[in-house]
Amino acid sequence: MSTIAQTQKRGFAGTVWEYLTTVDHKKIAILYLIAGGFFFLIGGIEAMMIRIQLAVPNNDFVSAGLFNEIITMHGTTMIFLAAMPLLFAFMNAVMPLQIGARDVAFPFINALGFWLFFFGGLFLNLSWFLGGAPDAGWTSYASLSLASEGHGIDFYVLGLQISGFGTLMGGINFLVTIINMRAPGMTYMRMPLFTWTTFVASALILFAFPPLTVGLFMMMFDRMFGSGFFDVAMGGNTIIWEHFFWIFGHPEVYILILPAFGIFSEIFPTFARKRLFGYSSMVFATVLIGFLGFMVWAHHMFTTGMGPIANAIFAVATMAIAVPTGIKIFNWILTIWGGSIQFTVPMIYAISFIPSFVMGGVTGVMQAAAPADYQFHDSYFIVAHFHYVIVGGIVLALLAGCHFYWPLMFGTMLSEKLGKVTFALFFTGFHLTFFIQHFLGLMGMPRRVWTFLPGQGLETGNLISSIGAAFMAAGVIIFLFNVVMTQVKNVQVGKDPWKDGRTLEWAIPSPTPFYNFKQLPLVRGLDAYWIEKLEGKTEMTPAEPVGDIHMPNNSFVPFVISLGLFIAAFGAMYQVDDKAWAIPVLIIGMGVTFGAMLFRSIKDDHGYHIHKEDLLDDADKGGTR
Amino acid sequence: MANLQPNSNNPKVDYEYRRKKSAEEMRMQVVTFTLMIFFTVIAFAAVGAGFSKWFIIPFVLLLAVVQVAFQLYYFMHMSHKGHEAPQLFMWSGVIVAFLTILAFLTIIWW
Repeated sequence: MSTIAQTQKRGFAGTVWEYLTTVDHKKIAILYLIAGGFFFLIGGIEAMMIRIQLAVPNNDFVSAGLFNEIITMHGTTMIFLAAMPLLFAFMNAVMPLQIGARDVAFPFINALGFWLFFFGGLFLNLSWFLGGAPDAGWTSYASLSLASEGHGIDFYVLGLQISGFGTLMGGINFLVTIINMRAPGMTYMRMPLFTWTTFVASALILFAFPPLTVGLFMMMFDRMFGSGFFDVAMGGNTIIWEHFFWIFGHPEVYILILPAFGIFSEIFPTFARKRLFGYSSMVFATVLIGFLGFMVWAHHMFTTGMGPIANAIFAVATMAIAVPTGIKIFNWILTIWGGSIQFTVPMIYAISFIPSFVMGGVTGVMQAAAPADYQFHDSYFIVAHFHYVIVGGIVLALLAGCHFYWPLMFGTMLSEKLGKVTFALFFTGFHLTFFIQHFLGLMGMPRRVWTFLPGQGLETGNLISSIGAAFMAAGVIIFLFNVVMTQVKNVQVGKDPWKDGRTLEWAIPSPTPFYNFKQLPLVRGLDAYWIEKLEGKTEMTPAEPVGDIHMPNNSFVPFVISLGLFIAAFGAMYQVDDKAWAIPVLIIGMGVTFGAMLFRSIKDDHGYHIHKEDLLDDADKGGTR
Repeated sequence: MANLQPNSNNPKVDYEYRRKKSAEEMRMQVVTFTLMIFFTVIAFAAVGAGFSKWFIIPFVLLLAVVQVAFQLYYFMHMSHKGHEAPQLFMWSGVIVAFLTILAFLTIIWW
């Protein structure tokens, strides 16, 4: 295949087929962005339903049972199916370009990771149409979830298991890519911070997802195959699920926040036009947060009765995390300090992130004090805290990242004006919704409560909170409008659209060639592209002569492997009801998966080469010469 | 792998060097293999001799740890150049898992 075939215009069906079979990290990034965005909207609709239900006392907008399903699916969807895939979208789109690689280490596994996540998420959300969603909260504590009737929890267990496989593969893939595929001169201490945070977050995925997998397997056997790991009546221990879940769950929140930190660490230097302050301490803080993230899981369980020694040790360990986080906050502030600041939309998000996230961090330290946590536990104070860190940290980073990296991913620039409107609505709505919830919690409003009574002082607070949620929804709608308008107008903005790009990804022509770098660039320091700019150059110095480039072939196999597990999950779930077709479906599904894996193993696929001559012809269409 | 590239244009030189290296490595492998068999015999002997279990369990575990290290460093070539990243990840995984289990065994009352 030559480059000419690659650049030909495709019809609609051709485009769909291209995306179903793609192994290109840039296209997989777009798939992650679309799928994650879709689940983000579903989770957002669920959030709106929660806030409508709680807007006035004694409301009956949804029934109590349905409310439990909505809160469970809101949490699960937002964490597993929206935040993580959206961050994966940026990791896929940006990280290989930042380190000067032509793709990730295992393009096939990258595609497989996406499709596993997608089918897992689809399976989980199909529960709405097939007899009820999971209803035991996103943590799905065993004593509650084992007693849950219907198939809701089965959907949760199987869906998360499948999408968890995909995430684990993605994480390992990023690790191998960053370790092995850095361009010449790109030492570890010259890697951009987003690459560093991707690296640490991927390491956390590597160590944190196995406990979740084990826990989910035990839960699956307890519910579907008659074992008793968590069943006290059978000699099991219901608390063990909580430990498994949080040994995974606490690193999980750092898996989310670290790449968000990374995105902001790219935005601050770009728009303050200054080198990131304290680069090496930022790297150190990132690694330390990742490490400490594994030492604190039990702070979610202070009230389970672990005893004073455990509570004290985990409280102190938790507070220790505030130190590296504080290092980061001060570094960001000092990066802006004295810079020549441009208030673009990404920069506005980044600056507003600092106080918002610090507020979430401060309440985090409050909860880390174990005796105080007995008061905060399971109240709206907790809800306020984790929304302050997740919305004030991760969601702001995702919106900032969308604006910042949109030109890199699509070659077009989102409207700055609409972006500022989105920001104003979303940011106002965010603080309106969640700030008041601290006080609702302190006044005694329990978390996950379906409704409340009038005359207890909770009406005003809840109404304000619901109004804030409407603001956030309006912000998101304007953002979507912005996306549609930008893509319809389709004004290509070309290379380095922010004019102040510092890292390698901005040195590439736009739209990015499918082989990324014609010649691998020579990296001469931190902020590689900025160094070249300082010397008056507009392009990177190549590190190699133009030569043939080895590329992987597209493959439909990842889709089929994931589809097989999706089918098998239905069989595993319905065999509980003694349905005659369930076991055959389970076997067929596993057969499809293993058959596709066998096909992949025995059929040699060596990919293809882009020849040197084609690359030279291509020179004026873009590419580092 | 970068570390396997010849460092001389004369193929003979590289060959001689590699031959010497391989011989050294082979010797180390035979030595560790003997040691590992010896450890296994000691472990069985310790159990067979009927010492107190407070001695046997830590002792056998210690031997097992040493054997794992032998396996990794001499048979799976972790001592060679170019294995820094796998080492880092394996050891950090070991430390994290150890601390988690230690926490369960010592401070968490379930």
